[in-house]
Amino acid sequence: MADTAVVEKQPSVPIGTWLPAVALGWVVPGAGHFLLKKYYRGAMLLGSVALVFIFGLLMRGAFFEPQGGDLLTTVIYYGGFLCNLMSGLFYFLAVWLGYAQPDMAGHVHDYGTKFLVAAGLLNVLAMVDAYEIASGKKD
Amino acid sequence: MKANLSHFEASILFALFTSVVLGIITKRTDRERWRYGLYCFGCFVGALFGLSWLMYLGHG
Repeated sequence: MADTAVVEKQPSVPIGTWLPAVALGWVVPGAGHFLLKKYYRGAMLLGSVALVFIFGLLMRGAFFEPQGGDLLTTVIYYGGFLCNLMSGLFYFLAVWLGYAQPDMAGHVHDYGTKFLVAAGLLNVLAMVDAYEIASGKKD
Repeated sequence: MKANLSHFEASILFALFTSVVLGIITKRTDRERWRYGLYCFGCFVGALFGLSWLMYLGHG
């Protein structure tokens, strides 16, 4: 007779408990942690994401724009655009103040573009952490 | 103003900031965070030197 595995379903966390922290963490990296009174971690996350983003701008990295075409082009450009968006206010301020650079050849610009994408991805990790703290899965 | 970083400098900076974030979000105590952050940084630097040598030797 086959054993039946008992899967305990965890109770879902109300959206109101984690959404403010996650949304604020998207707009300003690390701010979700500040809202949850994790000041030290919030400051470290804000500093890290901000410095990666600033170095990306200083290296004249380019922002991705949504662009269709073949599958690889679509994945790269839409994915890159989404990652850029995840930097939150930094991205909007940089575009608004005219720091968006045209895509240029050269390893420095290429690193800059990757840094700008990495800043967004690091902020996604910070948002996931804020979610886990807000929903009580982590202290 | 423009930062003209070399491959090495850019990679080290990326490794540093990524290690800080990974250390903060994955562990529960400050001691564990320090240890994991340093471990990640060491792995990044190890991979950086390893891949650099691989490309250098593979290039002929």
